[in-house]
Order: sequence, then C-alpha cells, then structure tokens
Amino acid sequence: MASKPRVKIPKSVSAGDVITIKTLIKHKMESGQRKDKEGNVIPRDIINHFEAAFNGNVVFSVDIDPAVSANPYIEFSSRISEAGTFVMKWTDDAGTVIETSKDIALKG
Amino acid sequence: MNISRRAFLSTSAAASAAAFFGISGQAIATVEDVEKLIAEFGGGAAAGDAGPLQLTTPEIAENGNSVPVSVNVDSPMTDDDYIESVMIMASENPRPEVATFHFTPASGIAKASTRMRLAKTQDVLAVAKTNSGQLFKVSNNVKVTIGGCGG
Repeated sequence: MASKPRVKIPKSVSAGDVITIKTLIKHKMESGQRKDKEGNVIPRDIINHFEAAFNGNVVFSVDIDPAVSANPYIEFSSRISEAGTFVMKWTDDAGTVIETSKDIALKG
Repeated sequence: MNISRRAFLSTSAAASAAAFFGISGQAIATVEDVEKLIAEFGGGAAAGDAGPLQLTTPEIAENGNSVPVSVNVDSPMTDDDYIESVMIMASENPRPEVATFHFTPASGIAKASTRMRLAKTQDVLAVAKTNSGQLFKVSNNVKVTIGGCGG
C-alpha cells in the first residue's frame, strides 16, 4: 500500500551549505484509536520511524507516534561538506522498510 | 438502580462533552502522562524555560487532522555542543506523544517540521535536549475549529 516516497532535495550544493530536505510518503497512519461500524477497534498501522543517512552516517531520525497526520510529511536540514548519497528509510509497524536514495553533487 | 440525581447529571454532562469532541469513550491524556513523558525523555532533569527553543504552530487550525508543527533550536551544532533531540507532545490528545526528532552535528541546524493530528483545542508542547542533557520547554495553544463552532 505504500508507494514511492516523494523527496525534494537540491541536486548540487556548495561545500558547507545547510540544505533543507522535504519528504512525503503516502500512508494511512491508522492510529489504533478509531473504531469501525461494528465497534471493533481498527488495528494500529503507522510508519513509526524515519531515518536519513548521508554517506552511511545517520544525520537525522524521527520516532513517529500515531498523532502524526496521514501521509506523513517530514522536513529537516543537513550540512553538506562533500558529494555523496542520501539514503532515507521509512519503517512501518509490520517492519516493512521503504527506502529511497538521492545523490548530491558539489557545485564548482 | 440507586444513582443520585447529581451523579447522573455530572456523568451525562461529561459524556456529552466527550461526544462533542468526537472522542467518545476515549480518555484524553492527563498532566501526569505528559510529565512522565518529559521525565523519560530528559532522564529526570528539570525542564527549563524556552531558551533557544522555538515552536511554530498555527494559532487557529481549521482542520485538526493536519496541523503543521515546526521546531527550531538555536545551537552551534558542533560535536561538543548540539541539540540531541526534540520531543513534541499534544497535551489533550488520547495519547500525548506526537513525534521525537533526533539531530546530529551533521544536521547543521536543529530545525524540523511535520504535520500532526489534534483532537481538540489544546496546548502543544516541545521539549529540547542538548548533548549535555540540558532541557528547554515551550508550549503553544492551538485552537482547533473543525465542526465550525469556532473552538
């Protein structure tokens, strides 16, 4: 049910720049608080963790709770001093990991 | 049946208030829940004032299902002095925890945003922790107007 995440990130930066990265992934983020028509609790199903690593080093991560909206949007920053690859991972309650990567080049 | 008139009135008033907010049958978080979360997050350290921590939320949210929230902590973000994490809580949701951002010196600036669900008009709290364990705390009131009653 999870589709390819959308990531907005600059393709090339000057060394030392702090860049802003915006991510959005489609997910219903079922909170586990709602009930269906028969009054049964709809089981919780959310993305519970996000992690962004640059050249293998974790730069930023989030522990996500059910109060985060459906289709979770996450915006964060990173200081870039070398060219490399950003790998972003979303983990859901079932343990499924959705991964995407983006290359960044240095200007000049 | 031996229910006094007063007890009956107070329970039915509470029930209708809960139904009004669309969270019928669900408890909301208590002050103790929030304090416990802060204690676990901070390792028992006392949370100071806002200091360099800024929490940005709308004053009025027209849709409680998607409320933008942003934190920004003024910090040098060096290996010796950086913001380790920021926890966001919604004090009167069924469960108060919203999200916890974890930063590293490579983050460059301690700034992050997401969107959250708010069950009703309430205070949104943020607590930031430095690498040395110092805590900062700030809260914003957000009016949630879904249902058209103006919060």
